[in-house]
Amino acid sequence: MELVRKKPAREGKRQSAPYIFIAPAVLLLLLFAVLPIIIALTISFTDMDLRGISNWSAISFVGIENYRVLLSDPIFWTSMYNTFFYVIIGVPLVIISSLGAALLLNYSSNKLFRLFRVIYYMPAITNIVAIAVIWGFLYNVSYGLFNQVLLFFNTGPVPWLEDPTIAKLSLIILAVWKGIGINMLIYLAALQSIPKDYYEAATIDGASRTQQFFKITFPLLGFATFFITVTTLIGWLQFFEEPFVMTEGGPLDGTISIALFIYQAGFSYSNFGYAAAASFVLFVIIIIATLIQFTLRRKQGDM
Amino acid sequence: MAEKQQRSKIEIGFVSILLIIIGFILSIPFLWMLLSAFKPNPELIQIPVRIFPETWTLENFTRLFTEMNFGTYLRNTLILVGCALIGLIFNAMAGYSFAKFDFKGNRPLFFLVLATMMIPGQVTMIPVYLILNEMGLTNTMPGIVLPGLVAAFSIFLFKQFMTTIPDALIEAARLDGAGEFYIFFKLVLPMAKSILAVQGILAFIGAWNSFLWPLIVANSQDLYTLSVGLALLQGQAGENYALQMAGSAVMVVPILIIFAIFQKYIVDGFTMSGIK
Repeated sequence: MELVRKKPAREGKRQSAPYIFIAPAVLLLLLFAVLPIIIALTISFTDMDLRGISNWSAISFVGIENYRVLLSDPIFWTSMYNTFFYVIIGVPLVIISSLGAALLLNYSSNKLFRLFRVIYYMPAITNIVAIAVIWGFLYNVSYGLFNQVLLFFNTGPVPWLEDPTIAKLSLIILAVWKGIGINMLIYLAALQSIPKDYYEAATIDGASRTQQFFKITFPLLGFATFFITVTTLIGWLQFFEEPFVMTEGGPLDGTISIALFIYQAGFSYSNFGYAAAASFVLFVIIIIATLIQFTLRRKQGDM
Repeated sequence: MAEKQQRSKIEIGFVSILLIIIGFILSIPFLWMLLSAFKPNPELIQIPVRIFPETWTLENFTRLFTEMNFGTYLRNTLILVGCALIGLIFNAMAGYSFAKFDFKGNRPLFFLVLATMMIPGQVTMIPVYLILNEMGLTNTMPGIVLPGLVAAFSIFLFKQFMTTIPDALIEAARLDGAGEFYIFFKLVLPMAKSILAVQGILAFIGAWNSFLWPLIVANSQDLYTLSVGLALLQGQAGENYALQMAGSAVMVVPILIIFAIFQKYIVDGFTMSGIK
C-alpha cells in the first residue's frame, strides 16, 4: 500500500476507491441488518401493533412489560421446550450423519463416488416448499408412501404429523435429511486436506483403521467439527421453515418453535412489540450457545 | 502388496454398495415426486400404491403453466436470481476492498460486517418490514430483492480469497495507468473465477429457493416467486397431489441440474476458502 504515495497526482482518487468498493455492500448491511436490530430492541419496549405502523403516536413505551408477559406465556414455554427438543436430537444427528457420509464418499474419487456426492447433496438444495409438498404427501396417513410400506409389513399406520411428539420427530427426520448436504461437503473438503502420508506412516507403524480414525482423522477434523457444530446449533435454534410449512406449529402447538412463535406473534397477530421481545430472547440464547462453544473450544487448547 | 490392493478393492466395492443403498433411501422423496408428477391424480390416491405410472401424462405440467400462473412465477424467480448475481458483484467488491486496501475504518467496518452474521433472521424480520414500509417498497420487486442482496458470509469468503492475490500484480497495473475499476473488473475478477463460481451457484440456489421474504413482502400474485406460488398451489389444489408434485418438480429439477454440472467447483471452493 505504501506504493500508492508514489503517484501523488492520483492520490485523491486512490483514497476514495476503497470506500466506493465497499459502499453498496456496507450500506445495504447497515440498512437491513444493523439498523433493524436497533429498531427491534427499541420496539420490544413498546406496545407497537398494526395501528403503530401508520400512526407512530399510537405507540407507547411499556418498559419490560412484553418480556414479563412473555415469561408467563405458556405457548412461549412450549416453543422453548420444542426448540430444545429439536436441538438436542437434531444437532448430533446432523453432525454424525454428515461425517459418516463424508467418510464414505472420501473412500475413493472415481466417477461413482463423485456422482454420489451430488445425490447426497441434493436434499440440501431443495426448496422448502417443495419439501413440504413432497414430504407432506409421503407422511400422509392414508395415501402416503411410508404408511403404505408399513401396511405391506402389516404394521402401522403411524400418525406422522398428527401426534405432537411424533410430529416433532417427523420434522427432525426431514430436517436431518435436508441438513446433511452442506456439512458433508465441509467435512469432505476437510478430509481431502489431510496429507496422505500421515496414514502411510501410521500403517507402517501398524496402527489399525480404528486407531487411525481416532488418532489422525478425527483430531484433524477438529476445526471442521467446531465450525459445523456452531453453525448447525445456530441453525437449529432458529428452526422455522419446517414447522412453518409442514404443520404451522400444530398439532396442539406440538411443533411450534421459538422462531415460529416470533413469526406468528408478529405477522399473524401484528403484535410487533411482543414479537420483538421474543426475538431478543432468542438472540440472547443464540449468543450464549455460541459463546459456550467458543469457550469449550478454547479449553481444548487449539484455538 | 498385491494382497493389500485386493483387500481395498473389496472394501471399495463394499462402500460403493453402502453408498448406493443410502443414496437410494435419500432419493426416495425425489423419485416419488417425479413418478407422481407424471401420474393422473386418481391413480396417485389409489390403494395399494403403484410405484410406476400406469398412464404417463404431461397434463399436470401443462396445467401449471396454462391455469396456475407458473409462467409469471418463473419470470419473477429469474429476476430474483439475476439480482442475486448483481449482489454477488457487490460482495466481491467489498471483499476485494477489505483485502487489498489499507483505508481508515477497514478493520472496524469488516468486524461490523462479520457481526451481522450472528443476527438471526427472526430478529430483523419485523424491523426490515417496517423500514421497507417507510420507504414505500412493500409489494414491489425492489422490496423483495434489496434486503437479501448482500451477505456477510459471502463478503468474508471473497476477502479470504482476495488476500491471496499478489499486491505486486495490482501495483503493476496501477503503474501502467489502469483505473481502479478497470483493475477490479479486468484483472481481479478473472483471477477469482473459481470462488465466483462457488458463490455464484450458492447465490443462484439461495435466490431460486427464497420463500419467506417474498411471501412477506409480496401481496399481489404478479410478484409471487415459484416457491410462494407453490405454497399457494398447495392451498388451491388441496387434494390434487399430482399437480402439486409437478409444481415441486418444476421447482426442484432445474436446480439439481445446475448443481450436478457445477458440483466440482463447490467442493473445491470449500477446500479453497479455508474452512477445514
